This record gives sequence, C-alpha cells and structure tokens, in this order.
Amino acid sequence: MAEHAAAVAHQFDDAEQQRGAAELGMWIFLATEVMFFGGMFTAFTAYRWLYPAAFAHASRHLDVLLGGTNTIVLIGSSLTMVLAVHGAREGHRRSLLVCLALTMLLGGVFLGIKAIEWTHKWEDGLVPGLRFTLTGADAGPQELFFFLYFAMTGVHALHLIIGIGVVGVILALAWRGHYTAEYHNPVEVTGLYWHFVDIVWIFLLPMLYLIGRHGP
Amino acid sequence: MTTAAAVVAEEPRLHYLNESYGVRSWLLTTDHKRVGLLYLISLTGAFFVGGFFAVMLRLELLTPAGDLLQAETYNKFFTMHGVIMVFFFLVPSIPAVLGNFVLPLMIGARDVAFPRLNLLSWYLYVLGASFTTYAVVTGGVDTGWTFYTPYSTMSSTTQVMPTAIGIFIVGFSSILTGLNFVVTIHRMRAPGLTWFRLPLFVWSLYGTSLIQILATPVLAITVMLLGLERLLHVGIFDPALGGDPVLFQHLFWFYSHPAVYIMILPGMGVISELVTCFARKRIFGYHYVAFSSIAIAVFGFLVWGHHLFVAGQSVYAAMVFSLLSYLVAIPSAVKVFNWTATLHKGTIEFRTPLLYALGFIGLFTIGGLTGLFLASLGMDVHVTDTYFVIAHFHYIMVGGMVMGYMGGVHYWWPKISGRMYPEGWGRLAALIIFIGFNLTFFPQFILGYLGMPRRYHAYPDEFQVLNVMSTAGASILGVGYLLPMIYLLWSLRYGEPAGNNPWDATGLEWRTPSPPPRDNFATAPTVSGEPYAYPGREPVHG
Repeated sequence: MAEHAAAVAHQFDDAEQQRGAAELGMWIFLATEVMFFGGMFTAFTAYRWLYPAAFAHASRHLDVLLGGTNTIVLIGSSLTMVLAVHGAREGHRRSLLVCLALTMLLGGVFLGIKAIEWTHKWEDGLVPGLRFTLTGADAGPQELFFFLYFAMTGVHALHLIIGIGVVGVILALAWRGHYTAEYHNPVEVTGLYWHFVDIVWIFLLPMLYLIGRHGP
Repeated sequence: MTTAAAVVAEEPRLHYLNESYGVRSWLLTTDHKRVGLLYLISLTGAFFVGGFFAVMLRLELLTPAGDLLQAETYNKFFTMHGVIMVFFFLVPSIPAVLGNFVLPLMIGARDVAFPRLNLLSWYLYVLGASFTTYAVVTGGVDTGWTFYTPYSTMSSTTQVMPTAIGIFIVGFSSILTGLNFVVTIHRMRAPGLTWFRLPLFVWSLYGTSLIQILATPVLAITVMLLGLERLLHVGIFDPALGGDPVLFQHLFWFYSHPAVYIMILPGMGVISELVTCFARKRIFGYHYVAFSSIAIAVFGFLVWGHHLFVAGQSVYAAMVFSLLSYLVAIPSAVKVFNWTATLHKGTIEFRTPLLYALGFIGLFTIGGLTGLFLASLGMDVHVTDTYFVIAHFHYIMVGGMVMGYMGGVHYWWPKISGRMYPEGWGRLAALIIFIGFNLTFFPQFILGYLGMPRRYHAYPDEFQVLNVMSTAGASILGVGYLLPMIYLLWSLRYGEPAGNNPWDATGLEWRTPSPPPRDNFATAPTVSGEPYAYPGREPVHG
C-alpha cells in the first residue's frame, strides 16, 4: 500500500496499531505458555502432596550449587535483554548488537550447565525409563519426581533453545540495520518471550531444588 | 459459461477469487478469505471421513449380534469417528471457516492481525491431519477419543503415538487461530466500532478464542506427557510407580470440557446473526447475549470434574462440580430466551439459514436440558457410559454446532461465492437433516436410559427396534449432508448472482461487493450505530 510507511504491514493502518497488535499477540502467546507449563506444575504439586517424603529424598539428589549458578546466569541474560531493548528504543545500534550477543551467550552458558547436571543424573542412574537404578520402598514416587524433573527442565531448555535461535535472527536483522528507534517491535516482543522463559526457571528452581530438601 | 455471457460483457471486477490464479496463489495466500476457504475444503473432507466411520458404526448396530465389524475393529472405528470429528471438524469448524472469512469483514478490517500466522494455522491443521491419517491407514487407534491411561500408555497396541502427535499439532493450529482472533478483535476494529456495537458473532468468537488460548495448551502438555510415558514405558500416570490415572482424566477434561464450548459458542454466535436478520428485528437483550458468551467461556473452565463422577474423585469435589455445572445452564438459557424473544412478533422469513437456526434452538434446548440430568450426581451414575450420554452430546454437537455451521455456510455463501444457493433445495436439505437427526439420536436417549452401554458392537435383542430407528435416521441424515455438498458446488457456476446484500442485512460484511475485493473494502468503513438496526420492534401486518 502506497500510503503506508515501508515497515507497516498492509493490514494495519499505522505503526502504532501494528506495535499494539504485536505486543498483545506476544502477551497472549505467553498466557498460552503459562497454561502449557501449568499442566506440569499441577502434576508436580499433586504428586508432591501425595508423596512428600519421596519427593524430599529425590530433591536432595539435585545440585543446588549448579541450579543456583544457572539462576544467576539466566537473570543476567534478562538484564542484557532489557539493555538490548533499551538500546533499540534509543536507536543505539552498537549496544543493541552487543547486548543481544551477550544474551545469546548467557543462554548458551545456562544450557551448558544444565547439560552437566543432566549428565550427572545419567551417571547416578536417575533417568526414568532409560537408566533408573534407585531401589527401595519409595523408588516409584522418586521416579515420578525425576520424570517430572526431566519433563519440566527439558521443556524449559527447549524454550531457551528456541529463544536463542530467535535472538540470533533478531541479531542478524539488527546487524543489517532493520531496526530503528521508531520501528523495533520484534526486539520488544522477543524480550517479552525471553523474560518469560527466565521467569519459568525462577519458579522451577525453588520447586525442584529448594523446597523439597527441607521436607520430611 | 454461455449463460453468463451477459455478465462477462460487463467490466470484470477484481475480487479475492479472481485476482490471481493457480495452486501456488492459494497455498501461499495470506488472505483471510482464501485461508477460510482452504479450511472449508479440508474440513469438509474431515467431516465425510468422520461420517464414514459413523455410518459403519450405525450399520454394525443394525443387528444385535456383532456381525459386520469385529469388536477390535468397532473399537477403532468409534475412536477414529470421535478423534476426527472432535479435533479435525468440530473444534475448527465455525471459527476457522466462517470466523476466518467474516470476522475481518464484520469489523471493517483489511485482514486479521497476523495473516501469515493465519496461514501457518492451516498448515499445522494439515500436518496434524496427516499424522492422524497416517494412524488411520496404518491400522487405526482403539483407545476412544479420550485416550484414558493406563490403557493408552501401557496396553493398547494400536497407533496411539501418531494420533497423539496429530492432536498435539492440530492443537497449536487452534491456539494460533484463537490468538489471531483476540488480537484482531482488540486492535483492528473500524473507527466507531465500539465493543457494544460489535456483531454478536464477534463476541462469541472472542469467548471461543479465550478458551482456545487458555485450555488447548493443557491438552498439548497432557498429550506430550502421555507420549513420553508410552515411549519410555514409564511415566507420571503409571499406577505401578504410584502415579494416578485419574490425574490424566483431570488434565484431559480441563481441556476437553471447555473444548465443548469451543465447539458450541461460535454456533450460538451464528444463530444470533441469523435470528435477528430473518426476523427483521433488533436482537432482544444485546448485552445479555454478548456477556453470556463470556460467562459460558468462564464457567466452562470450572466444570471439568463432572466427567469424573464415577472415576473416584472426592465426593465433595463432585458436589462442587455438579453445582457449577448447573450454572452453565444460566447463560445458555439466556441465549435461548433472547433468541425466542427476538423471533416473537418478528417479520419472519423462512429462508434456509433460519430453518437451521430454528433447528439449532430446539435441538440445543433438548441437548442442554439433558445435560442437567448428567450434571446431577445420582442421575449421572445411572446413565454414565450409556447411549444417554451419546445422545446428549450429539444433540449439542450435531444438533447444535453442525446446524449452526450449516446455517452460517448458507447465510454467508452469497458473500463467499457471489452466488445464491437454490433456496428450495436448501430448505429441503435443512428439513431432511432435522428429521434424520432426530430419528438418529432421540432413540439413543431411550436406549441409554434403558441401560445400553456405549462402545459395544453387540447388544441384547430387546434394544434392536430403537437401534434400527437410529440407523435409519443416520441414513436420512447422510442424504441431508450430501445434498448441500452437491447444490452448493452447483451454485458456484449456475447460482443467481447474489449482489452485495441479498438478505438486506445490517452487518459491515454486506456493505462490500460479493465476493469481496482482496482488501475487503474499497474505502475503510466507519460505524456510527448499533449492529442490528433492523426496521423495528413492531410487527408488519398485512
């Protein structure tokens, strides 16, 4: 459409409408993500309530130091993401590029530490279905715990991998100068997504690593 | 084309159907109208495949002995009937076909907010359908459409995984459609089109989209856990580990009960449009009808436990779920009463869409009232897993939703195709469907009350008369569904040109030519009044 500015898609009247639609769309998407993770949180809560002792035992197999380090890494990545969005708003191309790259890097560090943790679980025989060596009266419920542990941290890691990929695309587009102080919706909505993935971890850490070990 | 020579002689007008040609222009389209038609074609296919399985089930039940299908085959056929009809026809039906086509037109927009996402939804639908088709042709699946564990994860040797993957994928199609619609309704309305000037179909799509957004992800994660469990032979619903199969039922119905409202709410929206247009009257109680859609969406999330009355959930939970289930009757009844009041003293034209609407109102009322039987704890125990439940469900889904879908397809067909369908054939088909439907499903209420259980391929002799009636009705119903298929295709070439507004209706979609141009409106419309400014409240005598 000739009367529209170049960056405004044909179905929108103006940039403001486009920005509002993109932001609302991402918020709604995040609502669906809350429900998606919510199913697993519900299952975890139900079983923790049924088997408090077994879940406490299982929780003590987790490495709080690595989990805590990862929390700091991920919060750090949220900081760099915020700074990237700020850079985009101000039209500072260099700070946008540097911060996006740092965000990707920190996301990668998180995944690396997570991989180390998973390897330890494999070596300790704590992987349900594939290599689970715990025995004893509450081995069954402990296996439930680790099923949920792998399902939740696995789905979270998948979200982070997707996030790193998306930030990579944004970085490439920013490199080519796609974003200006006037138009940078993709940076903003990617930021929302990144923070969401971060927040999921903020809930996973206490639930899996912290609360359990102080149980009975 | 010889008869159309006079038309061709006029200046050919560019519209969404003739602005470009070729398979590529359709498969890569981002036009919401073309995406709607892509859905129309795929869903019609799904409907007839699901219908084929229904016909086979009814043929088997013609005689008390299990003679046409083996028990295992019968299990697969009712499962595939359920899976295809629920996930690949009913859930997407009105939103994906009619919603996609008319929502942007109704709110005066050029397209939905995210046109490429809209096309992606259709591709996800096709991908999900491919997985499920693969499951069907490589032996089928026999768990029932509900996939109850531990049978589905530990015992069944059929194609559970490809079916589950298909449902997982098609769920995202549904989520993205809902997301697109909510953003479109929030951000893309024409100037002056305030929330209380929106057509009621838009309100119902909004309620539907909320459910799609918030409930479908729970199905996705549940199916994912089920798949993991089946793959690793260990999992969280496994009783051997202390896992709880009832938890699966909770998670499954947390989606699948609201999904029933995904299936019925858009139908209710269509009926609101049809009733006011063909009674030539304002809708009675606009605000109540609008908010009842939202109320149904909200209550819908709080009643899933009524599927677990005999599954061993806490008796106190069951009492609360029973009470909450009754609450759904209130907004549903608000709609029925308001439609009836709208018809009262209206100037009624018995056109095909209105016949479907009247069918909807009657059949939905029966389906809804029998739902109250099922919401009561004592009565439900008596009829659980009998044909009473089947009849209730089909009165809502087929008597309600499919009637609404057919009514909507006929109502907007002139806008979609630019041609009128043959009115006489339309009325005849509507009548055949109504008769066939009642003959099929009313006997099933009685069968269920007498104790005939669902999901068996054989039954005692004393149930045969009612089963023969039901099968006879199903064949009439089948004819009723084939007829529109034929005459709607016929009308594409031979139908009367429709003109912009053949119904003299008030919606924005009727202000633009039929079929509409690519960008819907030549000049962006503005709105300055109520949605249903029909001639008046008073009847026209004489």
